[in-house]
Amino acid sequence: MSNFEYAPAPESRAVVSIDPAYGLFINGKFLPGKSHFPTINPATGEKLSKITQSTTADVNKAVAAARGAYVKTWSKMPPAERAKYLYRIARILQERAREFAVLETLDNGKPIRESRDVDVPLVAAHFFYHAGWADKLQYAGFGEAPKAHGVVGAIIPWNFPLLMLAWKVAPALATGNTVVLKPAETTSLTALLFAQVCQQAELPAGVVNIVTGDGKVGAALVNHPGVDKIAFTGSTDVGKIIARSVAHSGKSVTLELGGKGANIVFEDAAIDEAVEGIVNGIFFNQGHVCCAGSRLLLQEGIHDEVLEKLKRRMSQLRLGDPMDKNTDIGAINSAEQLAKITSLAQVGVSEGGESWSPDCALPVNGFWFKPTIFTGVTQAHRIAREEIFGPVLSVLTFRTPQEAMEKANNTPFGLSAGIWSEKGSRVLWASKHLQAGVIWANTFNKFDPTSPFGGYKESGWGREGGRHGLGAYLKGGDHE
Amino acid sequence: MSNRIDVRKTYKLFINGQFPRSESGRVYEIKSGKDFVANPSQASRKDMRDAVTAARAAQPGWANATAYNRGQILYRIAEMLEGRTSQFVEEISLLEKVTSIQAKAQVKQSIDQWVWYAGWADKIATAFGSTNPVAGPYYNFTIPEPMGVVGILAPEKPSLLGLVNCLAPVLVSGNTAVLVASQSAPLTAITFAEVLATSDLPAGVCNILTGIKDEIAPWMASHMDINAMDISGAAKKTQPALREAGADNLKRIFSFSDKAKTQRMTSFLEAKTIWHTIGI
Repeated sequence: MSNFEYAPAPESRAVVSIDPAYGLFINGKFLPGKSHFPTINPATGEKLSKITQSTTADVNKAVAAARGAYVKTWSKMPPAERAKYLYRIARILQERAREFAVLETLDNGKPIRESRDVDVPLVAAHFFYHAGWADKLQYAGFGEAPKAHGVVGAIIPWNFPLLMLAWKVAPALATGNTVVLKPAETTSLTALLFAQVCQQAELPAGVVNIVTGDGKVGAALVNHPGVDKIAFTGSTDVGKIIARSVAHSGKSVTLELGGKGANIVFEDAAIDEAVEGIVNGIFFNQGHVCCAGSRLLLQEGIHDEVLEKLKRRMSQLRLGDPMDKNTDIGAINSAEQLAKITSLAQVGVSEGGESWSPDCALPVNGFWFKPTIFTGVTQAHRIAREEIFGPVLSVLTFRTPQEAMEKANNTPFGLSAGIWSEKGSRVLWASKHLQAGVIWANTFNKFDPTSPFGGYKESGWGREGGRHGLGAYLKGGDHE
Repeated sequence: MSNRIDVRKTYKLFINGQFPRSESGRVYEIKSGKDFVANPSQASRKDMRDAVTAARAAQPGWANATAYNRGQILYRIAEMLEGRTSQFVEEISLLEKVTSIQAKAQVKQSIDQWVWYAGWADKIATAFGSTNPVAGPYYNFTIPEPMGVVGILAPEKPSLLGLVNCLAPVLVSGNTAVLVASQSAPLTAITFAEVLATSDLPAGVCNILTGIKDEIAPWMASHMDINAMDISGAAKKTQPALREAGADNLKRIFSFSDKAKTQRMTSFLEAKTIWHTIGI
């Protein structure tokens, strides 16, 4: 019997209207920009709109607006009232969820199934969760009257554009800070739509400001003397640049950076579940995930079985139109990122790794990379050491649990790890020995606003989410 | 009756539970007014690196000791310190230009700090961890863990209390330490190492260097196997450069006010969050 074929099930894009050009959101108003760059749909190459390249003067204006709002309005407002604005934002995000999901998928290239079922619901949850903290900060363990920093400069990446906005803006506002946000160059649209949400919620002018553009805008924000705290998510290289920049200014900083997560499968694991977890760990969001399980560590006895099942499962993945509700793997976010993935995959081959991808057609336009696994990989290979940030999995093996721990921890990163085993004591033993900020046992890539997220070692400074994440936005709280 | 000649102490470094001289063969002279007091070792970059190697090797064992055990060892340090009070009073009075009453007060405070932190060992996870009610069938909890190897630049004065204020909160959670002692008043640090050596503290958990702070500190800040630093004891003007050098491996670098207490512990913790599926 032949396989049933899926008919295309495209989500309608009629729900969202995209302006031909966008300005900046400063002091509650959209201001027209002077110079623009295009933003495209990475799945088709189609130009979606034009985004403003902010100038230093724009950044100054945004910081001044944030300072003004902090001094005059936001810091004086009773916390319970502040909370209500966050609740309003959470509700509007829920109401307009489909619009945000469609826009995110168009601008980012991620499957609509993920933007609809993961990103946007988590965004609303983040605002709802932090709304509740606003008038309960004295119970958070950071002193009886914890104080906000003032103006937060938030710089976010392109892999989860709206979700990363929520991770920064929700706790910043809940703790009484005001924000200047710089979205990633290639994915500004949902942030600009969020500005409309702020308007609908009647959030006081200047509490949230959005400046768009490239890395120069981010640098201007980091180095601006009027910014009290930097919250950054992005690459470890840029994180180090920021760490050096703030060494002299004394600004408070949180950094959520790269990773090379080990996904460890022990011989006693439930193999079918583990295979699902491996796929979710590395192919979720095209592998554009800082906490991706990009190093698969298989205990030797199950190596062949897992690989066979993994390949079979990968052959079922549907790659293509991100707007199709059946799509599992969408587009690579940019030509630049595709070039980086392609280059590292070539290094993998030239260093002796064996590459395998399912036989699937790639769309003609846009940026695409087949889900790929590398076998015959050792710890010395670059594809086992460097963050690829794409749908590429390196497979390594181990004999003893101790060896698994050594290999898993043999990296300057320390963001995430996965453990697959049916034995509780082994799971907890491994959890204890893995040097990573987030450990998923018999699951992977799960997120929640109540759950602190962040890394050990070169994966960053501080946590986001939960009680621990709250501290990052309070004076003295970043010591925890 | 003949005048007995004192048997003086040779002040050496404390690395991996042993008391070596600096591999560089260097010493520097400590005086009290015009009088010679001692020639403590002037530690080199290599000594610092050896100390980091020892601290790294000792770290997993120390972190995996039970919290009860770590608490008892810290308490044991307090006991050993108490018994040596007079020796510390003498050394502090000699080099810090304080009266013996003030010196004694410093020693007593130092002892009480160890007792206070000893009691924290098995309460850190309760006070600073959490269970997190995630929206899904998962059991999710966050536990504080030590960061690893911590470099400490102890303040110049008070030489003993300043050292203890930095060291105890770092060790209590399972970090290991490489500490650079007060440059001007290093004797208490080395005598304190003798306390550590008789307190059941495993070798390498705390390593103490004496020497020129500005010489050693930049090498510590750029050392790729040190996870975090307490630079409270560095001159304010040198701190930005240390922070900048520390960015190479994203060291967590802190400078504390004298009032800080729990912050000195919590700053050197990483939060580890574990998700586990719930099901049958």
